[in-house]
Amino acid sequence: MRYNERELLSLSRQPAEKAAEILMRVPKKGSVLKKRLVKLVVNFLFYFRTDEAEPIGALLLEHCRITKEEENVFSISEFCIRFIEEPERKYCFECDSEEQCQEWIEALKRASYEFMRRSLIFYRNEIQKMTGKDPLEQFGISEEARFQLASRKQ
Amino acid sequence: MKLNERSLVFYATCDSPADNAGFLYKRGERHTAYHRRWFVLKGNMLFYFEERESREPVGVIVLEGCTVELCDSAEEFAFAIRFNGTKARTYVLAADSQAAMEAWVKALSRASFDYMRLVVRELEKQLEEMRWGCRHGPACCKARPLGMENSLPALPVVLPKENGCAVWNNAPSVDQLHGAAGCDGHTNTRPLPLPPHRRASSGDAGMAEISEFCRLHERYGQEVAQLRQDWQLRQHQHQP
Repeated sequence: MRYNERELLSLSRQPAEKAAEILMRVPKKGSVLKKRLVKLVVNFLFYFRTDEAEPIGALLLEHCRITKEEENVFSISEFCIRFIEEPERKYCFECDSEEQCQEWIEALKRASYEFMRRSLIFYRNEIQKMTGKDPLEQFGISEEARFQLASRKQ
Repeated sequence: MKLNERSLVFYATCDSPADNAGFLYKRGERHTAYHRRWFVLKGNMLFYFEERESREPVGVIVLEGCTVELCDSAEEFAFAIRFNGTKARTYVLAADSQAAMEAWVKALSRASFDYMRLVVRELEKQLEEMRWGCRHGPACCKARPLGMENSLPALPVVLPKENGCAVWNNAPSVDQLHGAAGCDGHTNTRPLPLPPHRRASSGDAGMAEISEFCRLHERYGQEVAQLRQDWQLRQHQHQP
């Protein structure tokens, strides 16, 4: 699938919501934990070799589940990203501490466009109920399909 | 750079609703010929397929850091997605009609994650201001009381609209919104004690009675607000 790589590269250089050097394992046979610079920008998780300027790869964080890894008795402070269509493949990350692990889990859960959208719809409804006015009117975007509650059936 | 392509394909083709979809003509990169493609906009990703029935998109345009503008082109109803940078590509697209072109330009210019985030933060701020402003400012008391629908648990009465000091502290905090998954969801079956019956806006009310009413109203209002908040969180929790 073609994609605008130049723009994605440019995005990977933007200030990140969150960035850290953590151990990462990709879902490939024989893959081991490797130290990577992991960077969250909008709904993409970029991962770099620690001494390189260009990312090795990027994960689009839509339709995925972020969970604390409990399977392995030895896996402390580890979390995984699984994509809905391939639940047995998981990207694993081992953090320095439990706290760091929780922070990443929380940040990644909120990083999807779909999560943002649900938040927006929720706030819109709350404000509308409190004031009787649609807060999106001031932006002129009340009719946008993406902000409608009714159309969101998941 | 590797991308989780299979996940992208899934996102593009799954039955989650698209923010816009339709045929557009896409101008080639090197050759100026236009190719008709089926475009699907989901979030900040603009996918394009060879045919409407194609199982996989031919490509995707990530819509962060771009501007969408009308453009001068021999082609009618043309518009461009322009990215910054010296070697950045400009995608020239053309719709079938003026209406379609306008719909696409609007949808695409608001498609970025950044834009969505701006709007969400603004609404969050408004809610917080309403919540804290209510505590301290009389102006907010013009806010209508919440509709006490029958579906809400144990709400015995619609509180009168006329009052001087209702405080509707029912805006969810950001933590509660994000922590909704942690809500234990048990139903609150404790019935609210019925407030003393009073007629609304009686001009005869003396100052002492008004302050007593305000105090009781505030107290019951807080219980009602809490119930409503719990109910909202449970409703939100049930949404996938």
